[in-house]
Amino acid sequence: MLAWTIYISFLGAAAMFLLPKGSTAVARILALLTAAAGFAIALSAFVHHRTGEMLTVTDATWIPSLGIRYHLAADGISLSLILLTGIIAITGILFSWNIEDRTKEFFAFYLLLIGAVYGVFLSYDLFLLFVFYEIVIIPKYFLIAIWGSTRREYGAMKLAIYSFVGSAMVLVGLIAAYVVAGSHTMSLGGLAGYPFSPHFQMLAFPLVFVGFAILAGLWPFHTWAPTGHVAAPTAASMLLAGVVMKLGAYGCLRVAMTLFPLGLAPWSHHILGLGSWRDVFALLAVVGIIYGALVALVQKDFKFVIGYSSVSHMGFILLGLMTLNQIGLSGAVVQMFSHGILAGLLFAVVGRMVYARTHTRELSALGPMGLNHTIPFAAVTFVIAGMASMGLPGFSGFVAELMIVIGAWHAFPALALCVGFGILIGVVYVWRAMQKAFFSESRSAALPPGHPLPPITIPEKLGAIILIATSVLIGIYPQVLLNIIVPALNGPLFSGIRTGSWQ
Amino acid sequence: MNSIYSQLLHLAMPQVIVVATALLVMAVDLLFLKQSATRTRFAVAATLASLGCLAAIARIVTTCGSASIFNGMLIANPLTHLVQVALLVLTIFTLLLSVNSTFTEHVGEFVLLLLVATAGMMFLVGTQDLLVIFISLELLSLSAYILAAFNKRSLQSWEAALKYFLFGGMSAAFLLFGFSLLYGLSNSTGFAHIASVPALNPLLVIAIVTTAIGLGFKVAAAPFHFWAPDVYQGAPAPSAAFIASGSKVASFFIFFQLMALRFAGAEGSAALPHFVRGWVPVVALMAVASMLLGNLVALRQTGLRRLLAYSAIAHAGYMLLAIVGHTQQSLAALLYYVITYALGTIGAFAVISVVEDQRGSDQLSNFDGLGKQAPALSFGLAIFILSLAGIPPLAGFFAKFFLFVTLLQSSAPAGIVWLVVLAIAMSAVSLYYYLRVLKRVYVAPVPAGAAEIKSPLLSQAIVLILAGSVILFGAAPHLLLRWIEAAITASGS
Amino acid sequence: MLTLLTLLPVLGALVVLVAGKNLARATAFVFSFAALALTLVLWFHFDRGSGALQFVETRPWIQLTQLNVDYHVGVDGLGLLMLLLSAIVVPIGMAASSQIQQRVPLYYALILLFQACLFGTFIAQNFFLFFLFWELSLIPAFFLIKLWGGPRATRAATQFLVYTMVGSVAMLLSFLAIFLTTHTFDFAQLAALAQNNQLMPLVLGNLAGHRFTPHHIALLLFAGAFLGFAVKVPLFPFHTWLPAAYSEAPTGITILLTGAMSKMGVYGFLRILLPIFYPQMQQVLTPLLWLAAATIVFSAYAALAQKDLKRIFAYSSINHLGYCLLAIFAVVKFTGADAGLTAEKSAALNGVFLQMFNHGLTAATLFWFVALLEKRSGGLRGLNDFGGLRKVAPVFTGLMGIAIFSSLGLPGLNGFIGEFLIFKGTFPLTCWATSLAVLGLLATALFFLTVLQRVFSGPLNPKWATFPDLTTGERLTLIPAIALMFALGLCPQLVLGVVNNTVIQMVQHLRF
Repeated sequence: MLAWTIYISFLGAAAMFLLPKGSTAVARILALLTAAAGFAIALSAFVHHRTGEMLTVTDATWIPSLGIRYHLAADGISLSLILLTGIIAITGILFSWNIEDRTKEFFAFYLLLIGAVYGVFLSYDLFLLFVFYEIVIIPKYFLIAIWGSTRREYGAMKLAIYSFVGSAMVLVGLIAAYVVAGSHTMSLGGLAGYPFSPHFQMLAFPLVFVGFAILAGLWPFHTWAPTGHVAAPTAASMLLAGVVMKLGAYGCLRVAMTLFPLGLAPWSHHILGLGSWRDVFALLAVVGIIYGALVALVQKDFKFVIGYSSVSHMGFILLGLMTLNQIGLSGAVVQMFSHGILAGLLFAVVGRMVYARTHTRELSALGPMGLNHTIPFAAVTFVIAGMASMGLPGFSGFVAELMIVIGAWHAFPALALCVGFGILIGVVYVWRAMQKAFFSESRSAALPPGHPLPPITIPEKLGAIILIATSVLIGIYPQVLLNIIVPALNGPLFSGIRTGSWQ
Repeated sequence: MNSIYSQLLHLAMPQVIVVATALLVMAVDLLFLKQSATRTRFAVAATLASLGCLAAIARIVTTCGSASIFNGMLIANPLTHLVQVALLVLTIFTLLLSVNSTFTEHVGEFVLLLLVATAGMMFLVGTQDLLVIFISLELLSLSAYILAAFNKRSLQSWEAALKYFLFGGMSAAFLLFGFSLLYGLSNSTGFAHIASVPALNPLLVIAIVTTAIGLGFKVAAAPFHFWAPDVYQGAPAPSAAFIASGSKVASFFIFFQLMALRFAGAEGSAALPHFVRGWVPVVALMAVASMLLGNLVALRQTGLRRLLAYSAIAHAGYMLLAIVGHTQQSLAALLYYVITYALGTIGAFAVISVVEDQRGSDQLSNFDGLGKQAPALSFGLAIFILSLAGIPPLAGFFAKFFLFVTLLQSSAPAGIVWLVVLAIAMSAVSLYYYLRVLKRVYVAPVPAGAAEIKSPLLSQAIVLILAGSVILFGAAPHLLLRWIEAAITASGS
Repeated sequence: MLTLLTLLPVLGALVVLVAGKNLARATAFVFSFAALALTLVLWFHFDRGSGALQFVETRPWIQLTQLNVDYHVGVDGLGLLMLLLSAIVVPIGMAASSQIQQRVPLYYALILLFQACLFGTFIAQNFFLFFLFWELSLIPAFFLIKLWGGPRATRAATQFLVYTMVGSVAMLLSFLAIFLTTHTFDFAQLAALAQNNQLMPLVLGNLAGHRFTPHHIALLLFAGAFLGFAVKVPLFPFHTWLPAAYSEAPTGITILLTGAMSKMGVYGFLRILLPIFYPQMQQVLTPLLWLAAATIVFSAYAALAQKDLKRIFAYSSINHLGYCLLAIFAVVKFTGADAGLTAEKSAALNGVFLQMFNHGLTAATLFWFVALLEKRSGGLRGLNDFGGLRKVAPVFTGLMGIAIFSSLGLPGLNGFIGEFLIFKGTFPLTCWATSLAVLGLLATALFFLTVLQRVFSGPLNPKWATFPDLTTGERLTLIPAIALMFALGLCPQLVLGVVNNTVIQMVQHLRF
């Protein structure tokens, strides 16, 4: 049943392409229904999930010569992320209700992207996972290149090339693993169970991890993210920053860390104070957190602030992954969900509510417009989103970041302190952006009072409410997600991580 | 005597059918259709020729078992059957592509040459004898030179054909020289005997090098690629499609067979810490040079034909890696790769020919906004380009994947992985120029004042069928792969 | 029951947002009265004989092996007192907000959200939950000050936010450090550990190996937690945000800030710092007492120098809460088996509780009067802007006079009892600090009488010849507050009856 999330999305995309020209309204409704259907399936699977098991959805022969099977399965981690995808899909479409130019193609590419993302989260066979992972690249490119804004062609190309380079690295690792294992299978369980030599793992792990982490915005390979997300149209930014970056993190966890856990073991000697790949990536993650926050602090363009904040928040996820303890890893998955929602919300406000109306993203130009008077809903939404993003208790970000910090404290105490510093800067840059964009004191005579901005439409309000409610729900009762994430982390796939020499 | 000739006829019946069809087409065209419109002539000729090819396919498919005469001069086994069928299918598509051509009135001659070249390719793949290889290769090449020159009104066509001819002649000379050395060394022109030559005799070394040169030219591998950009650019679209597709399939197949079977003892190894002298390192170097040169120069191209030419060079580099692997699995990977590549290339040329006819040239700026004006053609082009880039779930991706897997499985992976890494890295580079084409087609707006594009129905049909096949073979590679693997196992080669 | 109480204002906020401009104020009143009613129900069902937690609700919340937090709420006498205070102060704040005309639904919604956070803070029984509501309360407070405040509201609001945030972060860090070593956030458990002298060794054992001595680390942790609450009360010298915030905020919000929010700080001292960190408090007792004395004295004299009525009352707030802190610090001085001082300590703590409640009520009422003044004067509230109002508005003068005298500490009104008990309790405990505090008393009397004299007595400023007296509606709304002042002044047992056992429990439980 879960596999239908993929198929419905693809069918929806195909139907969309075949719609006659000019059927804008039909396209929107069809897209929304498709996304809602996908979400409904995901939700029902979520509710029925018996914790701890890897639920096989489909398993069919595909390419017998290589032992590749069309094998879809889901555990708690996949389900959380599938749910996230469903929510962002719906809200992304709601926030794109105003697109008039080549509407059906937009939604077609959008649904294609959603279907491929569902595919990545559901794949159990690594070849299949890679296929879906690569399919994501092309709709991404077109969404940005055709409907984007600032430097869209450059942004789209940069994003596509970086993603492709990352996946190229992953491909090398996967092929190498397949050949070395020689067990004629590409299934996750099969390859995870094979005892690769420590030497091989020590080389394969960083290759595959970095390959995925490029898409997750690991510093210093993150530069595509701000450019690409700023260039993208709102719904695409929501999806890209909210979900697609999580594909990278998911790949890190699901593939790199599961297949090559010994790659995280300590080296025999220290280089520059770092003793293992784990130290290296944890350090890079923290640098990303702080760097992203500091750069966000000095941006003049509102959307760039959010773009860099995404880089910063993804650093949390990567750090959580490297803590290798239960609370850090669960925190990383919760942060994947939480940041997905919040990034979606932030980009929605900046892109759709503000930019589509004011046609400027310069903070200094937005201030005099008195946005908290003209579009108060946007101001309130941004305040809530900003508070959540800074980690205010009561919202999902707090729980996730707390768990990661606790996990980091157990693993890398010094880095945990740096993370605290990063959180503080996070508060500051959100505050600065909010103040300058919505609550600035300066008033300019240039904005004639008779030119009101169009009011916030119903689809936008609906989308914002859905996202805020989700964040509040997870913030108040995180056990909803933790109930399925923790047993998944205790499953057999992650035994290599649990029993490693770092415990 | 009679029995031998009847055996020969029996074995060569498909080729005979093709040649007979060629003559028939020529006759019909010259006798009955001299006054008709070019389009009608082409349609009739193409139809007749396609029917002939289909007959040949039927003949091949209904023959079973293996046979070999004259010590391997002419052989037939499931593997050669498969490749011949593939060649005939590609020729059919090329013929269909030529229906809308306007570059010549010599329809009969054109189709005749195509079919004759096809026959040459069929002989090429159905032999294990050096002389027959050379003859078939020459038959193919000479026909191809003339096909390239067919557009008498275009200076570029002449130039392309001339370069092709000169290069081709040179490399044929090299090839023959090498063959003669091999004959001298082994006193025979058959594979079986040559394989027993002691390894790395200096003469053998020369023979290896010259063979590599000769065949490297044919497949457009660097550094013997210089003809390719001009031929792709100048030759008329059907000719270029033919040269880019069928000719490649046949040449790669025989390249593999020559190297793997004939020089079996002298491989050497390209594994990095343990470099062993032999032909494998030579081919590996050619592969590296092709991948690097093809991809890097393609970045600068502004015309789609030349871009395809350099991409062909790059893909030749990837396919040479299969030869580096030289196992049975590698052969399967190679065949899969080159067949799906050829299908995609013909489709790409179909789109190019429509755009050229209606917009004047193949410059990328003429493709702006094609997505709006010719949706079917653009969709096809997008599929072909993405398959070339190696995006799943298209055939190009699986081809590369399978090829890399077989390469790593062929010997200790640690030594040879550098080739795979380089290939994948160059693939990443190639995405840039492929996406640029798609950007023109889908992102760029239609230029102001541009004429409408009327896509002929036949072109749309060809493009959609070919695109469908690329998608099908990509998403369900087993459909093609099982035939290939069955053929290889059944032939025991 | 308690959860329902906390969720009620949240629901109210949502309803107010959709109610529209005209119905917002009325809807908000309905919800705040509902909350008051519910609180009174709790008050009367409270078992006065026991000092333990009542109306407890415990549910599993976050269940990870390394982060196990329950949803644990409950109230004892202190908590219930604070709930009642908040429930009383919020409607007063709303009543004083009749001048607000812009974005009315948002204003009242934010007030209700703030009330929910207040309730939450007072019922939380572990730090996680407490911190959640503590931090959440900052957001409505910030926006209430900034968006509807005076000319320099942004600056005041930002200063308030930054100060409080820094304090909160310090508090969070301390508690995180404690959590990471003891694996519990629960107040009761931590207090038990502290009582058995196990807390610090446990924490320090895990943080050992660093350059600081255990003694210093313990003090550092205490300093973090202390900072968070010291900024909120506020304690000198962390008080500088207060005058600006109180005067720039719209008067209805000032009522909330002074009536309820400042009590969060004192509550924190009582609920958290005292049980858990008292050994550390003992170690730095003398500086703490100096700070408390300074708070009392300096604020009183600063009030004397002010010309803006709101600023005067703002400083007077600092002054009154200084007494609470003085008592709390004094109580720490002698711990252990000194049974002889139990009575004094109980008196001091009872005084603190009373003072919190009374000051909340009185200060709220005082600011309410200021709001009424502003309404009639078109926004003026300077000390010298008025004069001789007693002639044209005698009822106004009378009622405000009562409030002022109560704040001054006139016996018979509620302000006296609290201060009296505090002095009674602390004098034996620390003579010198208490003596210093008396200076503050003097100054307090001075500035309050100055207010009375300048505003109400003296020649009538001709500008105010048509100054309207209190309308019937206003009288009806003010009477309950004034009546409560008299009632508590004459019969403090109304409150003491509920809290006394809690106080005794605290004193005994903590082996003071």
